[in-house]
Amino acid sequence: MTGRGVWFWIGAALFIALAVALALVVRNEYVFFAGFVILQFIVLATAWNILGGYAGYVNFGTSAFFGIGVYTAIFLLKAFSAPLLVQIGVAAVVGAAMGLGIGLLTLRLRGIFFSIATVAITIIAETLIINWKFVGGATGVQMLRPPVTPPFDSYIKMLFVVLAILVVIAVALARYVQDSKLGRGLRAVRDDEVAAESCGVPTLNLKLVACAISGALMCAAGAPSAMYLQFADPVSAFNLNYSVSALAMSLIGGTSHWIGPVLGAILLGSTQQLLTVTISSEINVLVLGLMLVLFVVAAPEGIIGLVRRLWRRVGKGSP
Amino acid sequence: MSAALLRVDKVSKRFGGFTALQDISVDIRPGERFGLIGPNGSGKTTLINCISGALTSDGGSIVFDGHDVTRLPAYKRTRRGIARSFQVPRPFRTMTVLENLLVAIDFGVESHGLSGDQATAEVMAILEKIGLADKARVSSGQLSQVELRKMELARAMAARPKLLISDEAMAGLAGAEIDEVLDVLLKLNGEGITVIMIEHIMQAVMRFSERVMCLDAGRIVCEGTPAQVMDDKRVQEAYLGA
Repeated sequence: MTGRGVWFWIGAALFIALAVALALVVRNEYVFFAGFVILQFIVLATAWNILGGYAGYVNFGTSAFFGIGVYTAIFLLKAFSAPLLVQIGVAAVVGAAMGLGIGLLTLRLRGIFFSIATVAITIIAETLIINWKFVGGATGVQMLRPPVTPPFDSYIKMLFVVLAILVVIAVALARYVQDSKLGRGLRAVRDDEVAAESCGVPTLNLKLVACAISGALMCAAGAPSAMYLQFADPVSAFNLNYSVSALAMSLIGGTSHWIGPVLGAILLGSTQQLLTVTISSEINVLVLGLMLVLFVVAAPEGIIGLVRRLWRRVGKGSP
Repeated sequence: MSAALLRVDKVSKRFGGFTALQDISVDIRPGERFGLIGPNGSGKTTLINCISGALTSDGGSIVFDGHDVTRLPAYKRTRRGIARSFQVPRPFRTMTVLENLLVAIDFGVESHGLSGDQATAEVMAILEKIGLADKARVSSGQLSQVELRKMELARAMAARPKLLISDEAMAGLAGAEIDEVLDVLLKLNGEGITVIMIEHIMQAVMRFSERVMCLDAGRIVCEGTPAQVMDDKRVQEAYLGA
């Protein structure tokens, strides 16, 4: 392992330790309600970036994957009373399969055509669930939380820690993809797909792998949501907000590095939580839009690009 | 005569009702320098797109190095040894020149078994030969036209091709630059690589090629030594209009 790799894993271990410590020490449950959402968005944005950022395939289907994750968990719970980790694991497998399947159908389309196709996926998935009575259909479904596992004293704190672990898995995967041969191939696809193919890059295969990893993480992020609210209905599970947020967070953070979506999700996610509490839950959508416009105009390469530019300026200024 | 490295047999390509290529047959020998000429829209680039796999031909067959590659996707043909440059350069803009070439060696050469340092060394040797070594760490988005053309050839070379197709690598270049690129191509051919050159600059094609084929409206007008082709009435008509 390289020096950087060691630091990454030390950071990841500290992060999980911090999450556990918070769960054991802090009494106020609201912290975990808000924290859960921010962590969830880190996973979603990181997952989005693997296909959208590295390969340049802008995916509007995040909410489809997320919603299917939610409903995979609900199905497993209702049918087999499956425990949380099984729900997440199966959701990841379903997400990967869904990513492969959808990828095969849509990834031959390039640019804007791919994006349009992914919008349709959410609508199809939502319609399917609306018509499936077993998981509640259009009216939704209510669930009871199983007893909490020690050492946690509340279910929401446990979910918070589970999400923290999921964040580490997602970021580690994104980091691995970025530094691997797969990552270099995806970057070539993003820069010029025709040239990539002529250099021997199996473009379709790489895109499929990226779509499967991305889909698995999105579905896995959706699974714990069922228990978070103890209620799910198709309209909120497949809410287009997830698609827009994941995309906006990645773009605002910067798509060229795994840290970008993480920063973007923390910045946007916490701002949204703050606004929801202080002003109203409606205004956070407006803020999301405004921030996206601001960044596209002022810092098209996101926070990462901004920092790099400042860094270069400082480097030049110093003797 | 040795067996052909590339055998194009009755290849046709249609775009809707428009026939871009009609029954094109040609054999390219190993180590040959082959020139492909013809007026704009005559099908030169379509033909090499069919050979390299960017397009799939509608009829006929393409056999390369003893294998039928007619239906293979482009990336597999690259791995078998067909590399190309593009008429309008297509660099990976967010990468340095070095990284551009590393993509080609890592993906274009199957199980090359090289360590990262060895791959870099091989790629640097190619850049040295082509005269781009000093630009290795420069972002490819910052290269000049002639440097971009050279990088395209270098990147094609990184995939260790048997056949190199150069699609108008000299278009838009000035006199001395043309000579530079021509020298590069001759040097590569000297190392045993078969080269197909598409070019509008007649002096360059005629100086370079051992054999020239002229296309017009998707058909072969004539084929022969540069001198024969230049003297052919039909070629003159194709270029000047009858």
